[in-house]
Amino acid sequence: MTAPAPLAGRERPAGPGSLDVDRRDRREPSARSCRRPAEPGSLDVDHLREAFPILDQEVHGHPLVYLDNAASSQRPDVVIDAISDCYRTYYANAHRGVHTLSERSTDAYEAARGGIARFIGATGSAELIFTRGATESLNLVAQSYARPRLGPGDEVLLTEMEHHSNIVPWQLACEQTGARVRAAGVTDAGDLDLGAMAGLIGERTRVVALTHVSNALGTVNDVAAVVELVRDRSDAAVVVDGAQAVPHMEVDVSALGCDFYAFSGHKMYGPGGIGGLWGRAELLASMPPYHGGGAMITRVTFDRTEYTAPPHRFEAGTPSIAPAIGLGVAVEFLESVGLGRIERHEQELLSHTMEVLGELPWVRVLGHPAPAAGAPRAAVVSLVIDGAHPHDVATILDEQGIAIRAGHHCAQPLMERLGVPATVRASFGMYNTHEEVDRLAAGLHEVRRIFG
Amino acid sequence: MSDLRDLYQQVILDHYRAPRNFGALEPVSSCAEGYNPLCGDKVKVYLRADGDRIECVSFEGVGCAISTASASLMTEAVQGLERSRAEELLGAFLALMTGEDDGGGAGVPLGKLEVLSGVKDYPVRIKCATLAWHALRAALGSGDAGAVSTE
Repeated sequence: MTAPAPLAGRERPAGPGSLDVDRRDRREPSARSCRRPAEPGSLDVDHLREAFPILDQEVHGHPLVYLDNAASSQRPDVVIDAISDCYRTYYANAHRGVHTLSERSTDAYEAARGGIARFIGATGSAELIFTRGATESLNLVAQSYARPRLGPGDEVLLTEMEHHSNIVPWQLACEQTGARVRAAGVTDAGDLDLGAMAGLIGERTRVVALTHVSNALGTVNDVAAVVELVRDRSDAAVVVDGAQAVPHMEVDVSALGCDFYAFSGHKMYGPGGIGGLWGRAELLASMPPYHGGGAMITRVTFDRTEYTAPPHRFEAGTPSIAPAIGLGVAVEFLESVGLGRIERHEQELLSHTMEVLGELPWVRVLGHPAPAAGAPRAAVVSLVIDGAHPHDVATILDEQGIAIRAGHHCAQPLMERLGVPATVRASFGMYNTHEEVDRLAAGLHEVRRIFG
Repeated sequence: MSDLRDLYQQVILDHYRAPRNFGALEPVSSCAEGYNPLCGDKVKVYLRADGDRIECVSFEGVGCAISTASASLMTEAVQGLERSRAEELLGAFLALMTGEDDGGGAGVPLGKLEVLSGVKDYPVRIKCATLAWHALRAALGSGDAGAVSTE
């Protein structure tokens, strides 16, 4: 069969991202759980936390303090319920059947696509491909966009602060084509060295891939400025890893001016195993499929196959229907809380963290010392403690119910650049509190007491 | 915090701060590297043998308190042992960590190494404690043992 036109649903009003009427009704709890706080512009965190059932528990006899959001966030009841509801009441394969459940599943799946596309500022839902997450999104771009365009002598420019998921796919594509990977440097403060980067962009640069927000340092890169550098010097595509940005700040891919933007559901209060890739419509249209299979074809014979248009061309096989619907609900949840509010709240948490840690001379915070104008930083704090290895710090904090990450954060080149084998990383989300920052500080005092 | 006191006993903290037999060995009969890709911890174990007797053992690397102290205590424990005795001790130590005594290490006194017994209550840290021991096993095996990984 041919793929139905996106958003073609009987009950749905026109326009990408329009909400399915049924689903809107079922989302009733989310409207309650994130009602607008009394004071405009601020977040009612105590109330918000009630929407996240997992937060209400003790670990080793202490109330859980979850500060590992950069690795994976938690999800609210509305997301969990949406997945459960899909499987319990209307699940069937999408884009296949003419029966009622298949139509409902297809409608909900495509409505989720529309909502997510609108959320990140896409011009249409056809520009939004569902993937398993940012990693798969970046692999898709490396293989379907870059690989056919790369040859010996060509270059893919990365930065020293990339997650391995924005390094290895490019290395694979370069190995396959004879192109080479280069990396733009990072300053001691953890900023991208734009001047040095400009010098690395040339005629042979085919792709510039960078993270929007560093998962290890919280550095927020000026993507628009990088895009400008690239456009002035080459025809390279700009690929952005937005996994750490989307849940924490307003992202508008059109305003950023990039060509591809990747993100993961599980880091944005959505389900695991689902994510997205936004790509410029004309670029997506020029790209061969990433995987072959059902749902991405219009006609198959043994001689040749004709492919569907994007986004379905890149979604071979039965998609992750319920997780995609869950991600759509997570996006609605983010919108209802408000990205502006979330960002302000997390910036306050960051300021408080910096203040508290600043009083501990045996703690060294990597990256920018404080959020400052012109050098924005997300609420991700990597630190090292004199005389205590991050793994030991993590164990001691865990014993006090505090979940942080210790290690290289899948950014070994950055760790090498900064001269540390590993760090302790506290990463915040919308539901974290100032009290939790104080608990972190108290936990670090316990580390100090033991390791002295 | 009694649990943490079991884990981070003074002997462990002492060996972490001042590891014994730290550094490369010259001349060396064999050496092997242990690597934990999960946390990036690396340890290299050097071994000098005199016939069947382990004359000298040392290690170097970067690691947490548990992996460093375990490596340091290990070098003290196997120094001067016959190979077969060192292998018995290795079996006994791994059995202590995993809680699975297959009989190979039964009855082997662990002595000072007992201070590491608290680690077995922290499953994610067991690989820290066994990293150097896996490298030792590789070094005992043949001349150029290469690298071992805990993953």
